[in-house]
Amino acid sequence: MYTASDLRKGLKVIIDNEPYIVTAFEFSKPGKGQALYRTKLRNMITGLTMDRTFREGDTFEPASLEERTMQFLYNEGDQYHFMDNDWYEQIVINEESLGDAKNFLIENLNVKVLLFKERAIGVELPNFVNLRVIKTEPWVRGDTSKADFKPATLETGYVLRVPPFIEEGELITVDTRNGEFSKRVKE
Amino acid sequence: MAENWSLVKRKKTLHQRAQILQGIRQFFVEKGYLEVETPHRIPTPAPESHIEAIAYETWFLHTSPELCMKRMMAAGYEKIFQICRCWREKERGSLHLPEFSLLEWYRAGGDYHSLMEECEGLIRFATRAIGLGEKVVFRSHDIDLSKPWERISVNEAFRRYSKTSMVGALEENLFDEVMVQEIEPNLGLERPMFIYDYPAQRGALARLKREDPTVAERFELYIGALELANGFSELIDSEEQRERFGLENKIRQSFGKPIYPMPEKFLAELDSMAPSSGIALGVDRLVMVFLDAERIDEVVAFTPEEL
Repeated sequence: MYTASDLRKGLKVIIDNEPYIVTAFEFSKPGKGQALYRTKLRNMITGLTMDRTFREGDTFEPASLEERTMQFLYNEGDQYHFMDNDWYEQIVINEESLGDAKNFLIENLNVKVLLFKERAIGVELPNFVNLRVIKTEPWVRGDTSKADFKPATLETGYVLRVPPFIEEGELITVDTRNGEFSKRVKE
Repeated sequence: MAENWSLVKRKKTLHQRAQILQGIRQFFVEKGYLEVETPHRIPTPAPESHIEAIAYETWFLHTSPELCMKRMMAAGYEKIFQICRCWREKERGSLHLPEFSLLEWYRAGGDYHSLMEECEGLIRFATRAIGLGEKVVFRSHDIDLSKPWERISVNEAFRRYSKTSMVGALEENLFDEVMVQEIEPNLGLERPMFIYDYPAQRGALARLKREDPTVAERFELYIGALELANGFSELIDSEEQRERFGLENKIRQSFGKPIYPMPEKFLAELDSMAPSSGIALGVDRLVMVFLDAERIDEVVAFTPEEL
């Protein structure tokens, strides 16, 4: 059983008998008032989102989903193909169900595929994934006038902000929970 | 190359934060305030319905330095300020840290309106410490810090920004929801705004208004929809204070929260306190406003998750 103070991005709960994942979360507490937990929830079956505000003391059942470790193979358009590492069975998940996870999927990456009543409804990534920078502006050493960050495009097409010293072709670690640069990988 | 990039990139911010703190200290020293330090570990916090203290052995980490500072006021210290760390259990979000920095100051004489005045002066003074003028950009709002700042009652704020009235919201037990979802987003967008005269049950340590005892002489400051400070005319009647604490503990009990023991020494000394007013201001949040930070994480060296 979860209480409202356990709510955070990525938590999966049952509401009205259906599994939901918290996609946005904001803790509010007006002066001397009670804690309010404002969330955006995505129905993991229909993909529809809703806003819901919870109070401290509200409780939820965790959505217990079956998890299977699978390898990402390739995608054709919005169809993403995965293979079960134990049974070599292949499944397809569409882009919509993947959400932000599609930004970090590279071939052969092992992920947890989530199944609700035997139907694949999403994937869970490792917290950190290494991805290659395929495009970014070069850094002029000693130039301190520039901002602390510059944009960089990764091999998946995902664009994020990286420190100025990151060069094209380098491998970096990205935190998949917030999509932010974590560190440079020494090769 | 430094590995802890999130710490490297905060260097400039933390320099500016230090300058702001120095500006705050300078303001109070020039005004004749005494800087004080009171214990962070205390036997009991003030019983308030929705503020949770973190237990430390059989004592608690303070949620604010309020009780100790008021005991000093009761002993005749007339103008005191403190900048310290405070702890509140389970408060974590883009605007909350369970350990945060609070500036609290008290002055004898003068009520909450004179305190609003002084709060304005402090913030204008502090902007100069980091070379900002009378305009700040925060959350894409151009905010004018020059006089006069807007002051409206909580009642008026409900009338302006919500279909629900303050009394209606209280009756339906939706005061906090309406405040957070409908009212707060509108407060202090063009210039800072004080909202004052909170419902009596929302100010356990504040003096009730003589002309209308359904409200407490308490105010909050908002800049760019961010709540920054909470101040009030102090309640200095120990009997009434004991009753109010008892009520707060009843509310705590109804929420299944632990009851806090009565702060007896504080209550015993409270009647000696001259009419005073006091205010607490979130230092991290003030830095956020000045530096246009989106998350409180950006203005501290370490968040709990980074430890």
